[in-house]
Amino acid sequence: MHELSIVMSIVEIASQQALQANASVVEEIELEIGTLSGIEINALEFAWAEAVRNTILENTLRVINRPEGRARCLDCNTDFAIQQYFDPCPACGSHFINITRGKELKVKSLVIA
Amino acid sequence: MCATCGCDDHQHSHHSHKTVVDVEQDILHQNNLLAERNRGYFEAKQIFAVNLVSSPGSGKTSLLVKTLTDLKDFLEFSVIEGDQQTTCDADRIHATGTKVTQINTGKGCHLDAHMVLHALQGMKPKDNSTLFIENVGNLVCPAMFDLGEKERVVIISVTEGDDKPLKYPDMFHSSTLCIINKIDLLPYVDFNVEKVKANALKVNHQLEIIELSCTSGEGMDKWYNWLKTKVHVSDLSYSY
Ligand SMILES: Nc1nc2c(ncn2[C@@H]2O[C@H](COP(=O)(O)OP(=O)(O)OP(=O)(O)O)[C@@H](O)[C@H]2O)c(=O)[nH]1
Ligand SMILES: [Mg+2]
Ligand SMILES: [Zn+2]
Repeated sequence: MHELSIVMSIVEIASQQALQANASVVEEIELEIGTLSGIEINALEFAWAEAVRNTILENTLRVINRPEGRARCLDCNTDFAIQQYFDPCPACGSHFINITRGKELKVKSLVIA
Repeated sequence: MCATCGCDDHQHSHHSHKTVVDVEQDILHQNNLLAERNRGYFEAKQIFAVNLVSSPGSGKTSLLVKTLTDLKDFLEFSVIEGDQQTTCDADRIHATGTKVTQINTGKGCHLDAHMVLHALQGMKPKDNSTLFIENVGNLVCPAMFDLGEKERVVIISVTEGDDKPLKYPDMFHSSTLCIINKIDLLPYVDFNVEKVKANALKVNHQLEIIELSCTSGEGMDKWYNWLKTKVHVSDLSYSY
């Protein structure tokens, strides 16, 4: 359950930002969690309930964007959507690919008051 | 709490009105910073750091014990052992005469760069040595946490399924070498080596693969050669 450490890091980032901005409430947090980031959203939600208790994120609305995986084929240069690291290039079947999107794991923004 | 890395808590002050703050910060930022710090330390001291990951029981400690025993007259080693409970593995390493530090993660399912930083402060590995970090037996969680290592070695044993790389792609994707262990058991299990290799390469086309047995010793020479080239390469990069 590395999602627990992930939520704890999110809490830390939010607390830091709130402190800097002199805010006492975080109304909303926007996260970017790519489909290839290695995070299970269910596990994250489960960990969230535990980890935000008694923190600045306890009552915060959570918005999660999920950028879809994309890759570029190193053999034929096709740019394509992938669900998994092991998806082959749809044009030539190659597994020599570079992931270009989907690994994002970010706090995008906060709405503070 | 520690003074070196600022892992403290904060107080909140109050007041002001609603605003949107663009944060754009990587959630693993803190871990990655500390990992870079470890990496800098390793580079400065010419330490070759290897992060060993696998499912429980694939043979991380066995590989280390055999390697330390066979190579201790040729190379300088130290070991960081990550385990949820017990010092059993650290004791096995200690018995080879190698310097070892134990990190008990308790409920934690992976090592992170912060834990490794503190372990390093305590153990002070020698210049030009090789540092093995045995991660917690878990093919999922340790994948996301850079420790500052130079190489990440994932071990899979032939008593596991040959579809493991597809089921745990993050770990195989983030590793640089894959060791297929326990090949002495191949006659007794239904495990297709070619298939597991193909699956591993589908996930990570840059992955190097070595087959060996810690028990019979078969293939260990390939692993030792890999180690020697890597240690040698970091020496070269120092002297250019
Ligand atoms: N037959 C056979 N057994 C092996 C081999 N390597 C390791 N084992 C056995 O596999 C079991 C687990 O090995 P360990 O080295 O403790 O595995 P580990 O990955 O360190 O396990 P954890 O630290 O618990 O995650 C032990 O009983 C070893 O003796 C091998 O090459 N062949
Ligand atoms: Mg072990
Ligand atoms: Zn292609």
